[in-house]
Amino acid sequence: MRKRNYFKGLVDCLPIALGYYAVSITIGVAAVSSGLGIAEAGLASFTSFSSAGEFAGFSVIAASGSFIEMAVMQLIINARYILMSAALSQKLEENTGIIERLIMGLGVTDEIFGLSIAVPGRLSPYYTFGVISLTIPAWTLGTLTGAVLGSIMPDILISAFSVSLYGMFIAVFIPPARKSKIIGGLVVISFALSYIFNKLPMFDFISNGTKIIILTALISLVSAVLFPIKEEDDV
Amino acid sequence: MSEAYIYIVTMAVVTYAVRALPLTLIRKKIKNRTLRSFLYYVPYVTLSVMTFPAILSATGSPISAAAALIVGILAAYFGGSLFVVAAGCSCTVLIIELFMMLN
Repeated sequence: MRKRNYFKGLVDCLPIALGYYAVSITIGVAAVSSGLGIAEAGLASFTSFSSAGEFAGFSVIAASGSFIEMAVMQLIINARYILMSAALSQKLEENTGIIERLIMGLGVTDEIFGLSIAVPGRLSPYYTFGVISLTIPAWTLGTLTGAVLGSIMPDILISAFSVSLYGMFIAVFIPPARKSKIIGGLVVISFALSYIFNKLPMFDFISNGTKIIILTALISLVSAVLFPIKEEDDV
Repeated sequence: MSEAYIYIVTMAVVTYAVRALPLTLIRKKIKNRTLRSFLYYVPYVTLSVMTFPAILSATGSPISAAAALIVGILAAYFGGSLFVVAAGCSCTVLIIELFMMLN
């Protein structure tokens, strides 16, 4: 069972690993231009494994910001992972041990979260282990590639790779939106509010990561109050 | 540049703490109905918010991106797997941007 879940994770994450490889090339380019060496760029991606967080982090490094500033910046940009990690705790097989949970924590990213939530029934930690044993190396390798080669990859290929990440998000929220009117309505409202929030210049002072947190918390909270799930529904 | 390593470690420690602590500390099923509903809705809302309008600026042109969004929604609506939907979006962008390059 563990083996099967592990390999299922490996296979399912293939489009994510490809997308990560492509996206992290840009990360490698950004790392080098902020003054990091090639090995340091690779190390940052291997240990942080976070696109928005790393982009923001490199900007702090480039500006020689303080370490406190770096910590606060990372906390704000990655705060949405608190919600995702809490949601995963409810999806996880209940007998999952602490070591397994600590390893799973390495792999809480937007895309891997989307993949994990789409797994029918309870989530096995071995599924996540399969996912991270391919995606973290892909992310690190892509960063090293970007750091070494700069930006000679054709733009059109980068475009195609980057959009596949969004394709994966869509594949997660559309099927339940088709089944449930409430989730369908939520998707439409989320699209609309996110568009407004991103286009109105008066919100420009809020970072993208923070916008995602505010909208997610607000919309989910209102929905939870207006449309509480039935007691027997599994989260 | 040994300062770089302090930056990198700071990034890694904060990011990991945010990811791992809720998973590790919340061991039981949450009983509160509103909180359970909230956590139930979070994934769909957050993925929707992250997809739009960000997808429109993910490619070389908003046209190829919008086409990919529509293809992705249709493919997912009619039961396409994760891989099929993702590959469908990528191919749409490749085809449209190749076409735009040739014109």
